[in-house]
Amino acid sequence: MTLGPHADFIVAAYAVTVFVIALLVAWVVLDYSAQRRVLGNLEERGVTRRSQRPDGAKGGL
Amino acid sequence: MAVIDLANPTRFLNVVDRVLPWLAGVTALVFAYGLYRVLGAPDDYQQGATVKIMFIHVPAAWLSMMGWGVMTVAALGTLVWRHPLADVAGKAAAPVGAAFTFICLITGSLWGRPTWGTYWVWDARLTSVLVLFLLYLGMLALYWTAEDPGRSSRAAAILALVGAVNIPIIKFSVEWWNTLHQPASILRTGGSAIDPSILWPLLVMALAFTLLFFTLHLAAMRNEILRRRVRTMQMMQAQHLAGAET
Repeated sequence: MTLGPHADFIVAAYAVTVFVIALLVAWVVLDYSAQRRVLGNLEERGVTRRSQRPDGAKGGL
Repeated sequence: MAVIDLANPTRFLNVVDRVLPWLAGVTALVFAYGLYRVLGAPDDYQQGATVKIMFIHVPAAWLSMMGWGVMTVAALGTLVWRHPLADVAGKAAAPVGAAFTFICLITGSLWGRPTWGTYWVWDARLTSVLVLFLLYLGMLALYWTAEDPGRSSRAAAILALVGAVNIPIIKFSVEWWNTLHQPASILRTGGSAIDPSILWPLLVMALAFTLLFFTLHLAAMRNEILRRRVRTMQMMQAQHLAGAET
């Protein structure tokens, strides 16, 4: 397969696409790890959401 | 499990945790098959090999509009039913849609230079897509600068509905105005004007991009739900600490 006289434009278009998609995937994966880590830290310190408590009581941790 | 059960964020997270690895796998497989078909596709008789840019430009253009479509439906969910997952869906779609619009603009420019002799013209199609990209940036600014998600959700929903006016303008701009951009050649009355040897690889790539969009959207929705849980728990912790001091 040859890309002809405009190979630079074709390669650049695919390179930009791969780069932007890679950024998106990295953002989603890193953000997920960060949120999981913070949630884990909070739960270790005994912080729970109301829906996680057996009595559903307001206030307190 | 009924579809309505997905409206519960915890159940939604459970489903996403199960579905996401499979969806990502299928997306990778369809991309691999699509790229294989792209490599085997013939050159265009007029454009030569530059037609290969079409296999990424056209799906990105479709998804740039679909991203705003998702945000418009989510906006209705926010304003009419005030469902928190609707706002989560809208917020998660904004960066993904913006990225595909950016890809559409850049690949279009890189395709335009060898085909039209210019990277950019202010014709109706190109300008309306640029407006869409600016609307996405406005939406991101609105979401990312608001500290309280509840405050930004209503304004973002209204912006999504207002911006939805631009979608038919993009679609029909090549028919309503005299543009350098070619008219529709796939989704048009009378059927596709593209030869099947190029059309099929394009459709496979469009499917791959669509699967990628939904994979990223679901993953971003999961992150946003977790972020809101973190925020709630941090506020509860702060309230508890303030209560203990007094």
